[in-house]
Amino acid sequence: MMKSLILQTATKLLFPLLLLFSIFLFLRGHNDPGGGFIGGLVGAAAFALFAISSGTEKARELLRIDPTFMIGLGLFFALLSGVISMYAGTPFLTGHWAFPMVFGAEMHLGSPILFDIGVYLVVVGFTLAVIFSLEEEG
Amino acid sequence: MVILELIWFQNLITGVYIALCLSLLLAFIRLLKGPTLPDRVVALDLIAYIVICFIATYTIATGKEAFLDAAIVLALIAFLGTTAFARYVQQVGHTKKPDESL
Repeated sequence: MMKSLILQTATKLLFPLLLLFSIFLFLRGHNDPGGGFIGGLVGAAAFALFAISSGTEKARELLRIDPTFMIGLGLFFALLSGVISMYAGTPFLTGHWAFPMVFGAEMHLGSPILFDIGVYLVVVGFTLAVIFSLEEEG
Repeated sequence: MVILELIWFQNLITGVYIALCLSLLLAFIRLLKGPTLPDRVVALDLIAYIVICFIATYTIATGKEAFLDAAIVLALIAFLGTTAFARYVQQVGHTKKPDESL
């Protein structure tokens, strides 16, 4: 933990920006460069920055979920996206799409996004688990 | 885009590339020579920002906007890298004496 006013002020500005950009990268990954992995890395960088400026305890409080639990949750989501296709009688991890009408517009909901959420959670959880334990040791 | 096909514009882009290469080389020499750790950290930081400039110039020269995202990510993460280095210098400074090869 660094007691620096400059760093803490900069973190206040950068933290929401990094998280927003991480979600943007995550959602755009469907058709353009981006995706769960790089989005997760940017999201983890946001929390790492917060952990450096304000300490790991506050960062853990902000995250609410334990990083190790996050890895398991991500793997569960990824597995879920595969199991859906098994119930439809197609091979494991086949993409399935639903087209519900939301507020008068057709929405394309698919199982690949569920897999991507899993990747996102695993990357954030793993990176933060490593960074937090390294920070707490030093 | 019409401006991309102009000769003076292409010459300008080439000139920018040469200038960026030169500054990258100078920053790299500073990274190698040191003489202190803070000098090297600042040189690494500078290299990251020159790379961002490279990506931005390439985006302008080709008109492919997808590269700009890499520049944004690099700009946000380079700051984090410098911060982590500063933290490391702070910790080493506490455990070692200041005259010991920092």
